[in-house]
Amino acid sequence: MRVTCTVNGEQHQADDVWEGESLLYVLRERMGFPGSKNACEQGECGSCTIYLDGVLACACLVAAGQAQGRGVRTVEGLGSGDELATIQQTFLEAGAVQCGFCTPGLLVAAHDLLERHAGPTDAEIREALAGNLCRCTGYEKIMEAVRLGATRRATAS
Amino acid sequence: MEFLQPATWAEALQLKAVHPQAVPIQGGTDVMVELNFDRHRPEFLLDLSRVGELAQWAPENGHIRLGAGVTYARILTELSDRLPGLAMASRTVGSPQIRNRGTVGGNLGAASPAGDAHPALLAAFAQVEVESVSGLRQIPVAEFYTGVKRNALSPDELIKAVLITPPTGPQQFCKIGTRNAMVISVAAFGLALHPDRKAVGTGIGSAAPTPRRALEAERFLAQSLTDDGLWEFRGALPDATSRRFADLVADAASPIDDVRGTARYRVHSLSVMARRALIWAWNDFRRV
Repeated sequence: MRVTCTVNGEQHQADDVWEGESLLYVLRERMGFPGSKNACEQGECGSCTIYLDGVLACACLVAAGQAQGRGVRTVEGLGSGDELATIQQTFLEAGAVQCGFCTPGLLVAAHDLLERHAGPTDAEIREALAGNLCRCTGYEKIMEAVRLGATRRATAS
Repeated sequence: MEFLQPATWAEALQLKAVHPQAVPIQGGTDVMVELNFDRHRPEFLLDLSRVGELAQWAPENGHIRLGAGVTYARILTELSDRLPGLAMASRTVGSPQIRNRGTVGGNLGAASPAGDAHPALLAAFAQVEVESVSGLRQIPVAEFYTGVKRNALSPDELIKAVLITPPTGPQQFCKIGTRNAMVISVAAFGLALHPDRKAVGTGIGSAAPTPRRALEAERFLAQSLTDDGLWEFRGALPDATSRRFADLVADAASPIDDVRGTARYRVHSLSVMARRALIWAWNDFRRV
């Protein structure tokens, strides 16, 4: 079947999509957005976290057909052009990236948290990122990056 | 495989009547795992995410009509005041990503004994509303679960809504797992006090082939509270009462040993959760 949706503000189309295929596969393999990572395929790891119509979701658990006509925002669409989103910048500065595989999902999840919540407590950050697994960092640098992101957004606005 | 995408409820029922083998999909948090892991190749996927009315909830004749497609995230933000037991259970579901997509309708459709919504629905005496082209019926939630991952739906029926009369007393939900997120419960317990009818509701999760009520425990506690006049004067709960209640909840379970825990641990943890939930709920009740 054919799936048409908006990805990061632009219309994209994929043909011959298998009806049981995930949005993640369509994004990565058919539409050229490899930023969202494919790891567990069961919603456990959060590496494929995207926005679907502005709502945080695991792309591996969205059937491709469910995205028909919807708006998708991936990690590739967080910044604009060469300019990084604040949370991407603070991940860099805090050293919150090691192997990098979990990073795209964590960035989108952290972005969503800061969009909804200007000054999250540590407990709120942990709860918001509970669906994103990282096997390298031990999470402390990620916490730091999110705190820094929150502070920077507050001073910028 | 064919992807069926009805725009209306009437159309969804028509499609389910023509293709009773179609697998309904809403948030995808269970169904997509089956597909991704090649465990299941249904002939038809019936996508209910375009049926707008499923994603609505509204008060109606003293109860809340919760559409089968309302997500856990929305229950948390929109219904915490009216359905605190279900909201507590919703908060323990998966992660933000999962709560944004997963629904109570999906929990009921999957009918896993570990589904987080079940203990809260049981304790609140909820009704499940199901429909097919031949008619609408309401099933008490305790009768909805018929076996491990089996429910009372006929092949041509779809889950439309859950009808929940908000319990008039405090509610609690407890869940044992290895983390505070992304956990399939080892055991879970839901409790609701219904002082208006001098009744107690309970729900046991992950400790029997189906979610189930602890009927003896409910009867014992309701009667003890009545005999001691505690529904009215809201005095301290006798220790013997909470202990007996906990024992009766544990007796109602029939768990197995599996990868998540042993039967013995499940029974023990249930008695601990039951006693704690009761004490918390009772203390809330005394404060009101």
